[in-house]
Parts: sequence; structure tokens; C-alpha cells
Amino acid sequence: MSTRSPADNAMAREAILARVREALRVPAPLPHLAGHAAAAPTPNGRPGLTILPSEAGRPWLPDGGDTPEESLRILADNLAKLRAIFFRVPDLGAAADCLFAQARERDWQRVAWHDHPLVRGILSGVPSSTHQIDAAGQAFDKHALEACDAGITACECLVAQTGSILVSSDSCGGRALSILPHCHVVIATLDQVVPVLADALALVRDRHDGSLPSMLSFITGPSRTGDIERILVLGAHGPKELIVILVG
Amino acid sequence: MIAPNPGPTGHHPPLGAHEPATAKKQFLHDAAEHVRDTGHRAFVRKALGGYYQSRDTQKARYRDWEQARDAASLAKWSAVNRLDELLPRFVANFEANGGTVHWARDAAEARDIVLGLLEQAGAKAVIKSKCMTSEEIHLNAAMEAAGYDVVESDLGEFIQQLRGEPPYHFVFPCMHVRRDEISDLFQHHLGTPSTDSPEELTMIARRHMRRLYVEADVGITGANFLVAETGQISITENEGNARLTVALPRVHIAISGIEKVVERLDDLAVLLPMLATAGAGQPMTCYNTLYAGPRREGETDGPEAMHLVLLDNSRTALLADAEQRDALHCIRCGACLNVCPIFKNVGGFTYGTTYQGPIGSVITPHLRGLANWNHLSGASSLCGACTDACPVRIDIHHHLLQNRRNAARTSPSWLEKLGHKAFVFVAGRPWLFAAGGWLFRRTLPLAKALKPPPLSAWLATRDLPPAPRQSFRAAWRGRKR
Repeated sequence: MSTRSPADNAMAREAILARVREALRVPAPLPHLAGHAAAAPTPNGRPGLTILPSEAGRPWLPDGGDTPEESLRILADNLAKLRAIFFRVPDLGAAADCLFAQARERDWQRVAWHDHPLVRGILSGVPSSTHQIDAAGQAFDKHALEACDAGITACECLVAQTGSILVSSDSCGGRALSILPHCHVVIATLDQVVPVLADALALVRDRHDGSLPSMLSFITGPSRTGDIERILVLGAHGPKELIVILVG
Repeated sequence: MIAPNPGPTGHHPPLGAHEPATAKKQFLHDAAEHVRDTGHRAFVRKALGGYYQSRDTQKARYRDWEQARDAASLAKWSAVNRLDELLPRFVANFEANGGTVHWARDAAEARDIVLGLLEQAGAKAVIKSKCMTSEEIHLNAAMEAAGYDVVESDLGEFIQQLRGEPPYHFVFPCMHVRRDEISDLFQHHLGTPSTDSPEELTMIARRHMRRLYVEADVGITGANFLVAETGQISITENEGNARLTVALPRVHIAISGIEKVVERLDDLAVLLPMLATAGAGQPMTCYNTLYAGPRREGETDGPEAMHLVLLDNSRTALLADAEQRDALHCIRCGACLNVCPIFKNVGGFTYGTTYQGPIGSVITPHLRGLANWNHLSGASSLCGACTDACPVRIDIHHHLLQNRRNAARTSPSWLEKLGHKAFVFVAGRPWLFAAGGWLFRRTLPLAKALKPPPLSAWLATRDLPPAPRQSFRAAWRGRKR
């Protein structure tokens, strides 16, 4: 078994695309819709939408709050329902105290972190040894990270609507830091709370204009499974605990 | 076709692997058996009970669920109907992100591509996260036959892999398995102590899998959405196993049907929460992750290479059927299975298909041939619960009727044709109709006693009322006088 030649791949590509073009020669009827969302043909006769789905969804999907206070309340409520642990603290010093208390309570021996001002700023108080995964001149070590009790990261933003935390490979220490250690601690500031998912997507688009990070992940509560008799168990493969410390 | 390995404990044969000609016979046999198994039915109903509750709680949080369904339906409709434009756009952007695309016309081609990539990567150990497309092409058996160590990391899929069974339900793979069976399974394969705690069983799998993520050379995943405008693939999961599968191994291979394309990143703002709510009664699943190529310059980790196998495997045949094209809108949430009275009574294995339940009954005849799979069109009470449950508004129960109609057109049953001809002949002659009724009233007790075929199929589990003494027409005349 060897890899396929580019010519064979191109031939398969053309065959499939030809079938797709042929199949689409007969137009499909519009779906049976309940309400106001309407589709209209665009000038070239192809199906198109009069309303963007995300804009259309905004008033119909779960509420994300109209004011920052409301969004914060919804976020805190959702995080509690998801069984994430949520703290709101006034400043970085208080965040460090909060992290210190969590570390002592759980007897963390070693915590992993990445170089971000928010994370760096609160680590001084932690009573465990630390493992920086993006230290200059040091290669990433999977085994060392697996042995850590907690991973501490920043995030892109927090979504009130669903209680999700958006992390990325760019701003949250790569792909493994937020998923491999047994506990994930997120440090965020109040201005990072956005109402709905569409706002979070718009935000990363603006921030990383033209070149999105290789991974963007919406984290919604600690890892879970219901595979055994549909009974909820936390900590299937990812973090068993998700701790959110919101500063401000 | 490569059959999955026979299981050590499986009571059911691997049903995806039988000869098509026996598909209908096997369906009827297994359905009859499962319907009698009231313990199994009660177990499945109980497992689904929690789902109904959490689904309703989450749906109530939507300000307008029906309008949200419209938006989700339109997002998929406009993508599927412009696949000729959006598929090349997705591929161009995916490749600009540093990924490599491999086109597969059918299952055999897809398997060969993956085996070629494994060889190229010098792989020994492969870790997989849940991927129904890989079940569809029987990838695990091919990789195992080629000598690779393959481990399913999703808890339900891992349990099914140890049992040597295909998934029972394409979202809840082992919902039919009791915890004591899982405990015995782990004890046998992993040497762990017996327990009746779902939490302890989950932790056994967690501990077992951690080393495997770190040591695997290649991670294989599916894809829930392919975003045309950004070239990202979106993967939805709860356990974190897909995140680990795409973070730690050197090479990432994703396998996806060509119909998974959506146009805009913003479409996911609607589709991700709808998928979670309809599929599992959650506001969002735990991890919804978008991948754009392998590890970038300056990033700390991630695979060196990212491959995507784009699979047709008769999806274009379904695309060519404009009437049922919306079946390609399916986001594989499984909501239609969870509400289906047939699924709840006959169970997932009876279908003998990769995709079970109402949506599986619609698409399987398109993917594997109407002649051998039309019997699934009858696996419906036409109650329409599936259509009501579908977050992207696929007209599922009408498509089952259309498949019946198409089958009658392309391969009519001589028995049905003869029956209809005979009925038309009799019904058009009132004296013959009356004579037929007279004969029927007198022979009914005999038929009930002897149960000759084809009446036997009906009378095996049902009774008939006693024959009336006179015909309806006679009774009507008597009443008027």
C-alpha cells in the first residue's frame, strides 16, 4: 500500500465534482419553513438567503443578555449548570489568592502554564512547581504535560449564551494545555464576556484577521460522558474540573 | 466488504456485514426477536428518559425553537444546493491553511487512501475519535488487517470495539449495554476489578487511554462541518477525546462526507447549539473545535500534517434526487432515532446499517441500493415524530413514502400488482364484491384457526375481531327500513 499519485487524486476529484454538478442540474424544493425566515433566489438563479443564518438565529436562539450585567448573570448561571467552578475577583492579586486556595485544596504538585500576561501575573502565589509549555528554547514535552495536575490558560472570550469559553492555539498555549491536564483553569477579564456565539466568532475574526489560529475550541463545561446507561459522568478524557476566574 | 471482527461477548452478529439479499430477512427476524425482549425495550426506554427531559429543558431556553430550525435548515439547504461551488471553495481554503485533501469516490478508495497515509507516516499505533464515516467504510477492520494497533477513544465506541460490535446508535454507541456487562468486559480485557459505578468504569477507560494518546503516531477523526469560507473543519464531542486525538499524535487524518460543507463560519453560531440540543439535550456539547491545518509556525504543539479524506460513496446519487436532497442536510444528531417508536422497539442492530433509525432508513436505500434496502421504508409508523424532531427540517417520513413509491416503480412486486388487479376487478362488480364478503365472513374463523400465509404474518402477534353476521351494506339497508 503506498500513497496515491496526485494525478489519481485529481482524477477522483474531477469525477466527484462532475457528479455533483450533474446532480444539481435539477433544483431542489425549498424546505418546509415554519416562519419568517425566507429564502429567495439570487440574481444568477442560484439559491441564496435574504437573512444570514447567524443574524436570523440571534433573536431565536437562547438569550445572551442585552447589557453587560445581564450577560454576566447568564454566564454565571450557565457555568453553574454545567458544573464549572466560577469565581469573580476584583483584581489580579485576588485572582492569585483564589488560585492559591484552589491549588492547596487539591494538593496540586505541578501546574502547567503558557506565557500570557494574565497567567504570568497570578502564578507567583501558587504553592506548586510550575511547567511552562512555551518556554524559550524548550521543546514541548507531552509526558511532562500529562503529569501536571492543572493547566492554566487565558482565553479568547467567554460566551454568556451557552456558558462556553473560546480558547485558541494562538492565545491559549497551543492545543494540549487546555485538554490534557486533569484540571483546566481559565483566567479572563470582565471585558472578555460576549453575549452570543456569533459575537465570539466575529471577535476572533477581527483579532486574527486573515489568518485564524490552527485550533479554535469552544469549551462548554468540564469533560463529560453519558455513554454508560446515559448517566452523566464528569471527566471522561479531558479535564474533570473547569475553574473560571474572572478578573474585574 | 470487510466484516467487523466477531465479538467476544456480543449476542448479535455484526450486522453491517451480511449479504444484501438477506438484509430484509435478517431485519424481520431481528425485529421479531427484539420486540419480544421486553427487558431490552424497557432498558432502552429508561436510557432515553433522561434525554427527553434535558432536551425539553434546553429547547425551552430557545426564544423560538421553530424559527431557529428554519435558520438551521436554510443554512444547510443553501450549502447542499451549492455544493458544486462551495466544495471547491472549501478545499482551496483548507489547502491554503496547510492541509491536504484526498478525494475518495467509494469506500474501497477511502480505505486505500488512509492505509497509504499510515504507511507514509511510518505509523504503528493509531488512536481514533468517534467517526461514523469510518464505520461506513469499515476502516478499523482494514487497518487491523494491515497490522496497525487501532484504539477507539470515545468511551462508547471503545466499549463497542471491545465487544466486537458496530455502534447500536450513531450518537449513543453502547446505549444498549448494561453497566455490569461493561464491568465484565473491562475485567476481561483490561484486568480491572469489577464495579457497578458508571463513574468508576469511566475512570478505568480514562486511565487506560491517557498513555495511548501520548504514544499514538496518527490520530483519526471525523468532521461535523466543513466551513467553506475559512477552510476549517469543525468537530463536536463531549469527552475531550477528539481534542486529544488532534493535539498529540504526529499526523491528523480526518474523514468526512462531501455533504458536510457549510458556507460561513457564522452558520455554526446556529448549527452548533442546535446539534447539541437536538442530539443530547445540551446547550452546547463540551468541545466544539475548529481546525485549520496542522501546527503553525510559532505554535507550541499539534500535528505536523493534516489530511482530509473527502468521501462520496453514493452521496452524489442522493444529491441527484432533488425530492430527497434534503436528506443530505442531516447533521447526525440522532434526534430522530430517539423519538422513533420503531427504533425504540426493534433496537439499533436490527436495521443492519451504519446509520440507524428513520434517517438511516431514508438514506441507506440511496447509498446501498433500493432493491435490497426498501424494506427499511416500511420500518415506520409514518407518525412523523422524526420529522418533528429534526433540527434541520428533513422531511423524513415523507421520504420513506417516496422510497416505497420508487421501489414500486422500479421493481414492482408481482404479488402486490396481482392483489391490486384482483381488488379492482372485484370492487368494480358489486355482485362479486358481495359474494367475496359472504365467503370472507364464513371462512374467517377457519383462517384464524389455521393461520395460513400470508395471513400468518399478521396473526402471529395480533388477533382479528369476530366476523360480522352480515355485510355493512346489508346492515345499512336494514337500518334505513
